[in-house]
Amino acid sequence: MEAKQYIGEGWKHAILIIGAIVVMLPFYMMVSMSLKSQQEIQSISGGLIGAQETQTFPVCVKTGYSEETCTMKPYQYNYWFAFEKAPIPRYLMNGVIVTLSIFIIQVLVALPCAYALAKLRFYGREFVFSMVLFCLLIPVHGIALPLYVMLAQAGLVDTYSALILPWTISVFGIFLMRQFFMTVPDELIDAARMDGMGEYAIVWKVMLPTAIPALLAFAIFSVVAHWNDYFWPRMVITGNRDLFTPPLGIREFRGGIDSDEFGPMMASIVTVTVPLIVAFIIAQKRFIEGITLTGMK
Amino acid sequence: MGTISLKNISKSFGSTQVLNNLNVDINDGEFLTLVGPSGCGKSTLLRIIAGLEQQTSGDVLIDNKNVNRVRASERDLAMVFQSYALYPHLTVRKNLETPLRLRDYNAFERLPLIGNFSPSKKEKTESINQLVNKTSETLKISELLDRKPGQLSGGQRQRVALGRAMVREPVAFLMDEPLSNLDAALRVHMRSELSELHNSLKTTFVYVTHDQAEALTMSSRMAVMIDGNLLQLDTPQEVYDNPSSLSVAQFVGSPKINIFKGTSDSSGTVSFLNVNLKRKSSESNTDLHIGIRPEHLEITNESNDNTFSGTVAYRENLGSDIFFHVNIEDGSNKIIVRGLPQFTHQISNGSGVNIKRVSNKALLFNQAGMRVQFNNAMG
Repeated sequence: MEAKQYIGEGWKHAILIIGAIVVMLPFYMMVSMSLKSQQEIQSISGGLIGAQETQTFPVCVKTGYSEETCTMKPYQYNYWFAFEKAPIPRYLMNGVIVTLSIFIIQVLVALPCAYALAKLRFYGREFVFSMVLFCLLIPVHGIALPLYVMLAQAGLVDTYSALILPWTISVFGIFLMRQFFMTVPDELIDAARMDGMGEYAIVWKVMLPTAIPALLAFAIFSVVAHWNDYFWPRMVITGNRDLFTPPLGIREFRGGIDSDEFGPMMASIVTVTVPLIVAFIIAQKRFIEGITLTGMK
Repeated sequence: MGTISLKNISKSFGSTQVLNNLNVDINDGEFLTLVGPSGCGKSTLLRIIAGLEQQTSGDVLIDNKNVNRVRASERDLAMVFQSYALYPHLTVRKNLETPLRLRDYNAFERLPLIGNFSPSKKEKTESINQLVNKTSETLKISELLDRKPGQLSGGQRQRVALGRAMVREPVAFLMDEPLSNLDAALRVHMRSELSELHNSLKTTFVYVTHDQAEALTMSSRMAVMIDGNLLQLDTPQEVYDNPSSLSVAQFVGSPKINIFKGTSDSSGTVSFLNVNLKRKSSESNTDLHIGIRPEHLEITNESNDNTFSGTVAYRENLGSDIFFHVNIEDGSNKIIVRGLPQFTHQISNGSGVNIKRVSNKALLFNQAGMRVQFNNAMG
C-alpha cells in the first residue's frame, strides 16, 4: 500500500520536475552564457561556467581599450564590458522609476474605482462596470498609434510622462480589485461608517489593508508587465538614452560590429532580470500568507 | 439622553414594500427589542435608525432632533453587528481606539507622522488610552488588547465588538442579532451579561433579533414585526399573555401556541372539539381560532365535557418539562401539551391520553387573525 502510494507520488513529481526543467532551461542558458567566453558559447562547450581562461578580448580592443585592460577572465569581462558599454545602473533606475510610478498611480485610481463599483449604489453603476469589462478587451497595440500621436501633440515624447501616463488607469486592476472587494462583507464598511469614517478613509484604511493579497497579485502582474515592456518604450523614447528602460538597454548590444557579443549581452540580461526575481521571492511569502478575513466570522 | 422616535417610517426597495408606516417611540434608557421572523424588515428599520439606509418616507428623531439628513457618523449611535465587523488587520486595542480617534483627533492630527506635532494630540491620546483601558476592564478583555480579531474566539470577538461600541459612550446602542453567531451555551450566558451591561450603562439599547427567547428575556419592551408591519409593542409579559393577533401569538412562545378551530353560537358560547368555554365571546355566530399555550393544557385521568383525548405521537423530554406532541382523536389537530416529569414520566409514544385545559387561559382570534375579547372574565 505504502509502496504504491510512493510510486503514484513519484509519477507526479517526475512530471512536475520535467516541467520545471523546461521552464528553467532558458534561465540556465542565460546564466551560463553570461559566464563563458565567446568561443565556448559558439562551440557550445564548457558546461555551466566554461574553462575561465584568462584571455584578451578582441572586441574590447577594437572599442579602444588597451590590450592590458582587455585581458581578464571571461566572466569578469562579460559583466565589466556590459556595464562599460551601456549605463546599466541608469537603465535599472529608469525601470524602477517607471514601474513604481505606474503601479502607485494605478492603485490610487483603481482602489476608489473598485470600491465604488463594488460597494456604492449609484445610477448607472452596472453600465460603468460593463464599460470597464469592455476596456479589458481592447488590445494595447490597437490603440498605440493614437496614443503616440496624442503624446506627441502634447510634446511628451521622450519624457518619463510618456512612459508612465498611458498606463496609469488599469482596467484590469479595477476589475481585479472590484472582484475582491465584492467579497468584503458590507457590515465591515457599515461599521467603519458608524465609527465616523468617510468614504475615502474607508478605501485607504479599511479596504486597502484587507486587500493586500489581491494587491500583491496585481503588483506582480503590473510590475512584471511594465518592467519587461519593450514595445511601448521603444515607441515613445526615440533618442534620449538617459530614459532607456532595461529592455531598451539590452538592445544596445544588438547590431553594429559586435553584434555577436553574446557574453556581455547575457550578462546585462542577468542584471536586468535579477531585481524582478528577488522582488518576486520577497513578495511571494506575503502573497501566500496574506491577511485573511478570518476576523469577520 | 437617548430617546429615538420613528414617525410614519416606510421603506421600499423598488416595488417591494419592506416597511409599512411604522411608528415607534423609544424611551431613554430602554432596552427595546425588535423581533420578528427573518425578512420582516427589522434589520432594515435598525439601519434606518443608524443612518446606513435612507427611509422612503417618514422621520427619524433622536433626542427630538430630526436626523433625516444627518449622516450615520454624526448621529452619535454605536452599532454591534451580527458578524462583529471588527477590522481584521488591526489589533483589539486599535479596533477600540478607532472610533475615538475619529471623534477626538482633528484632520491634521490624524495625518501620519506630522500629526504628532500638534500640541493638543498628546493629551487626547492619553484620554483615549484611558477610555480604552476602562472599557476593556469592564468587558474583561484587557489581556486580549494586543491580539488581532483572527486570533480570538467567537465570544471574545463579541466582547470586542461590544467594547468598540461602548468606548464612545453613544446616546444609544443598536444591535443587529449580535448573539446569533455564538454557540447555544454562550448565547444564554451573553443574554444575562447584556442585561447587566444595560443596567449599569443605563443607555438606550435597540436590539434586533429573530429569537423570541432573547426578546422575552432581555427587553423592557418588545416590538413584534411581521411582514414590515409593527403588530404589537409592549412589555414581554404583556405580549406573551395578551397577544394582539394570531401571528403574534404564534410567533412568541416556544413551543408554539396550539390553535383549535371553533365556533361561537348566537349567545357567544365558544365551542371546539367537545369542549365549551365558560366565558362568552364578544363576537357571536362566527368561526373562531382558539389559542391555548402548551403550559395551559394538562394530561389528566379524568374524562368529562372539559377534556378531550388523543394519542401521543412524540415525546420531547427537556428534563424540567416533557412536551407531548399529541394527535387529537378526530385527526384534525396536532397539539403540544406540557407535562411535569414527576406525573407523566411513564407515558410513552403511542399511548392514549386525556387532556384538560386550564380555565381562563384561552385566547380567541377571528378569521382575520385579530384578537377577540371575552365578554366577561367569569371563567
